[in-house]
Amino acid sequence: MDHSNPKSLIINLENITFGYPGNDDKIIDHLNLKLCHGDRMGIVAPNGCGKTTLFHIIMGLLTPDSGKIEIFGKPVCTQKDFINVRQKIGLLFQDSDDQLFSPTVIEDVAFGPLNLGYSSSESKNIALTTLTNLGLSDYATRITHKLSGGEKRMVALATVLAMQPEVLLLDEPNTGLDEKTKARLVQVLTQLNLSYIVISHENDFLYDTTNIIYTMDNGKMFPGEKIHRHEHEHPHSHHIKFVDKI
Amino acid sequence: MIEEPFANSQSCIHQIDPKLRIVGATLISLEIALFKQMPVLISALFMGMCLIIIANLNLKCVIKRMAVILWFLFLIWLTVPITFDGNIIYQMGPIKISHPGIMLSAQISLKSIAILFVFMTMIATMTINSLGRSLNALHCPSKLIHLLLMTYRYIFVIEHEYKRLQKAMIIRGFRSRTNIHSYKTYAYLIGMLFVRASVRAKRVHQAMLCRGFNGQFYCLEEEMTHIGDIPFIIIVTIIFLGLLFLEVRCYGPF
Repeated sequence: MDHSNPKSLIINLENITFGYPGNDDKIIDHLNLKLCHGDRMGIVAPNGCGKTTLFHIIMGLLTPDSGKIEIFGKPVCTQKDFINVRQKIGLLFQDSDDQLFSPTVIEDVAFGPLNLGYSSSESKNIALTTLTNLGLSDYATRITHKLSGGEKRMVALATVLAMQPEVLLLDEPNTGLDEKTKARLVQVLTQLNLSYIVISHENDFLYDTTNIIYTMDNGKMFPGEKIHRHEHEHPHSHHIKFVDKI
Repeated sequence: MIEEPFANSQSCIHQIDPKLRIVGATLISLEIALFKQMPVLISALFMGMCLIIIANLNLKCVIKRMAVILWFLFLIWLTVPITFDGNIIYQMGPIKISHPGIMLSAQISLKSIAILFVFMTMIATMTINSLGRSLNALHCPSKLIHLLLMTYRYIFVIEHEYKRLQKAMIIRGFRSRTNIHSYKTYAYLIGMLFVRASVRAKRVHQAMLCRGFNGQFYCLEEEMTHIGDIPFIIIVTIIFLGLLFLEVRCYGPF
């Protein structure tokens, strides 16, 4: 994957290979990925292509069989290295129920800051500010398991943002959301001054939120089309077609 | 699945610091469980009824909760009086009802209902969340508290998954019958729930690691004891000492 970008490199994966035990096929096969500061990358690919696996490798939740991972210019190998990575990169899980485990919203959002060593009052302030920025201040005392699917997703995003990350990895953030919540999510993401990678199956959503697109096939990444505001088609089978929105 | 019908109503008991309520309920329940004199147990039951009225609990919900324990007590009354040795007060063929058996059943009934009343008014009037926070403030082991809170949080998710699996069974024509197929299907259902719960637990742990979890749990805030709690402390102390005094007095002549 050639990515000639003069901006500083945040995530650099080189020749990453990963296979699940008991399966001879490599789900990630000599994959290269570069994410630079300011990039808003979209990944679109069929289910089972290893998109979520890729995110878990970046976060150190899965260890690749081979390859090199560099985050913010430093190689990361051990779990200790990944502890620092997790402070700077926030991962939004596919299922918000996995992410929201505290009884109330405010406690869940404050969980990250508390782990980072902030005091209770500081964590509470960070949590409240994050919720307010997302327009969720009324949700602070709500019980997490009683929230609707869309509310859970927005609160899960708040829990990630409360860590004050520099990069976000969003795993199908728009799946199962109604149009209104989806529009709100698009608005929040576009207003964030963060680099991120979004996995999504919806071209429209990626059109609105990203400026660079990749697709995955056979464990590798292929460049998609940069999003233009005009209709175009590309003969390459991996490339994504975006319908004109104007 | 787990409702908190008493936590939402309003009364003077609801305003009291949950920590004090936990300590008070534990002390009084311990006394009731240990004491044996009938006047003490009857007083405890009366006190429990007063607490129910003060706590402004929905009586329908109170009776619904009591139904569970009444079934248990019904079994006690069915078996203990006829199996306990001692003075026979009534005999019908081979069935002998003994006086100590009746007394023991009465003691168990009074104790259970009185303790249930105390817990309904003092503990069930707080949310599971404040219960967890208060136990933390009372220096209970944090791992146990988080186990309680996370069980409470995920039991709804597991219930949701159970219902989904159940629906999947029903739409394919499954009907529960007394045969191997039904038993096997239920075994698969339970097995699948365990598998899903375990996979979910792994994902939750991963999500926690991503947010810097290092094995240490922190609590955000705790409720503070305030001046309005003083009357509660006095009343609990009076109940505690009153029951103790009654027990000692009744026990005296023996």
